[in-house]
Amino acid sequence: MAAVSQSAMTAEPSVASPKMTARDLNLFYSDNQALFDVNLDIVERQVTALIGPSGCGKSTFLRCLNRMNDTIDGVTINGKVTLDNRDIYDKHIDVVQLRARIGMVFQKPNPFPKSIYDNVAYGPRIHGLVNSRDELDEIVMTSLERAGLLKEVKDRLQSPATGLSGGQQQRLCIARAVAVSPEVILMDEPCSALDPIATAKVEELIDELRSNYTIVIVTHSMQQAARVSQRTAFFHLGKLVEVGETDQIFTNPKDERTKGYITGRFG
Amino acid sequence: MTDMASLMEDRAAAKVISDKVQKPVDWDSPKIARNIKKRYAAERRFKIYGLSAIGVALLALFVLAFSIGSKGYTAFFQTYVQLEINFDPAEIDPNGTGDPAVIGKANFDDLIKKALLARFPDVTDRRDKRDLYGVVSGGASYDLRERVMENPNLIGQTRKIWLISGDDFDMLNKGYIDANVDEGSRRLNDKEIGWYDALVSDGAVEKKFHSRFFTSGDSREPELAGIWGAAVGSFYTLLVTLFLSFPIGVLAAVYLEEFAPKNRFTTIVEVNINNLAAVPSIVFGLLGLEVYLNVMHLPRSAPVVGGLTLALMTLPTIIIASRAAIKAVPPSIRQAALGLGASPVQTVTHHVLPLAMPGILTGTIIGMAQALGETAPLLMIGMVAFIVDIPGGALDPATVLPVQIYLWADSPERAFVEKTSAAIMVLLAFLILMNGLAVYLRKKFERKW
Repeated sequence: MAAVSQSAMTAEPSVASPKMTARDLNLFYSDNQALFDVNLDIVERQVTALIGPSGCGKSTFLRCLNRMNDTIDGVTINGKVTLDNRDIYDKHIDVVQLRARIGMVFQKPNPFPKSIYDNVAYGPRIHGLVNSRDELDEIVMTSLERAGLLKEVKDRLQSPATGLSGGQQQRLCIARAVAVSPEVILMDEPCSALDPIATAKVEELIDELRSNYTIVIVTHSMQQAARVSQRTAFFHLGKLVEVGETDQIFTNPKDERTKGYITGRFG
Repeated sequence: MTDMASLMEDRAAAKVISDKVQKPVDWDSPKIARNIKKRYAAERRFKIYGLSAIGVALLALFVLAFSIGSKGYTAFFQTYVQLEINFDPAEIDPNGTGDPAVIGKANFDDLIKKALLARFPDVTDRRDKRDLYGVVSGGASYDLRERVMENPNLIGQTRKIWLISGDDFDMLNKGYIDANVDEGSRRLNDKEIGWYDALVSDGAVEKKFHSRFFTSGDSREPELAGIWGAAVGSFYTLLVTLFLSFPIGVLAAVYLEEFAPKNRFTTIVEVNINNLAAVPSIVFGLLGLEVYLNVMHLPRSAPVVGGLTLALMTLPTIIIASRAAIKAVPPSIRQAALGLGASPVQTVTHHVLPLAMPGILTGTIIGMAQALGETAPLLMIGMVAFIVDIPGGALDPATVLPVQIYLWADSPERAFVEKTSAAIMVLLAFLILMNGLAVYLRKKFERKW
């Protein structure tokens, strides 16, 4: 059976012209290895869901994709991650620009303690994306619109973002990420702190964003993965066990561990 | 495969343990009731301990404030003596020039002496005369001169003028000298007390608000000594301290907290900053003496040297407080900024520092308050000198409030006792002001997230 899973791991990942790829990615927290030879392709304008039990390395992997792991002490990474066929760990790559191209939404809504407007405007401002106040206004409005938040907040753009509800805050964080026109949006369990109604809204939003952005989402909820994603990757103990079309993973998993996880036998 | 097997094993083990623990508990048994009672008693005891601790602290504070206040409040008032002064033109401006330079050089002391002798014509003995002149302060002639300079029309007139009294008469008037004790063991002899009584019966003795205490520098004469020189010295010293220690301290804290790698070197730096905070301040004084005065030849007794020395002392406080404040900023804010493509410096300046500012400012002001009350290191660099002039800048010789307190406490004159307490009150007022400012700034910059 081990042989089967090994073959599943190496056989599946390649797709034609992926947006991002990871090749033989290994990651160590000091002496602890957290990722083992991960090979994964992220398809453009699709939602890729990363699932797996807690501590399996799916969040760690996600954070490799925009080099957020750089900020943690004692992390060593080897292997290759590419964006549009360019290695993002190349020393000529500007991390700041990279993170503007690959936006991120976190598990807990983390708006800045500023106004709603300033939260969304922050990214365009620091990257110098706008020349005038009008342009900035427009970016803020369209970003809020895309995040499905405009209707709720358009009368109180100057009030503090921390006064919004949890679900609104999370959509604000998505608007904030969208405002810098990223190509890829990484979402680290974006709904884990939200109630079911807010979750439904965010899921709807993810589905709409798919037409413009490539999305990678880490989730603990298999229903959510099934609902929002086109491709699903199953991680276990730092290894990518199986990846494929979401339908296939949920209806006909090739690996015994995947089957065990999605049918709720462990995890 | 092996992963699956181990998972299943864990579950089985967990089930065995939970079966063992499941035993019904009788929540109404006397043992449980005893336990609850004990718990409540412990809570009550704890509350009483806390309240008594606060009570002791308040009591100590009250005793301190009362003893200083009751001793010192009289220093805010000063005894004045009313004398009939004859502004004799022959004495002030013999040639009738009206030239301020001539008037300024006139001997106003003589006018006062004459007025005193006119009031007490039977004093003839030389020693008695000298005692009599002591009724009025030596500084009164300056006041008189100023008065005439401002209003030259006074020349030729005879006016009743309130003059600042000598310190012993001030003490007598304030009740600090007991006329009933033996003549040999008090500062004033029977004759002097007789003059005082005569002046009192004239209605020519009065206590007035002593504004000079807040506007003049130090003096050998207690009635002329003021706190302003020391306050200005403290101001310049703290200014230098603030401008050095705040930016250096905050930058050091930001670097250590946000940028420095965690290795042996930074650990050593960290430990030593904590050590520095515990170094006795006199050691910093010696360092200042050696480095700033002996090596760099900066001016002795100057606030700039005091400020540099106190900056060394305040730095660890500011660094430690700033690091704590920076550490308290939730990492999610940093991640949000970094995730948007903000550079590390942008993350710090746009998000971390503004959020940490209340804590940093509180720490800084506490450090400044500490520096304001610091005496020992300043003794080493010569700020303990007797300085009459009000410093005009950070390079002028100056002293500071706590050193002034030390100097006055050391002076033999009885009148300096109340000055000492009054100076302590002024220092405490500044400290309360600064701590109030810290609270205000914290409230103002505090933001919720």
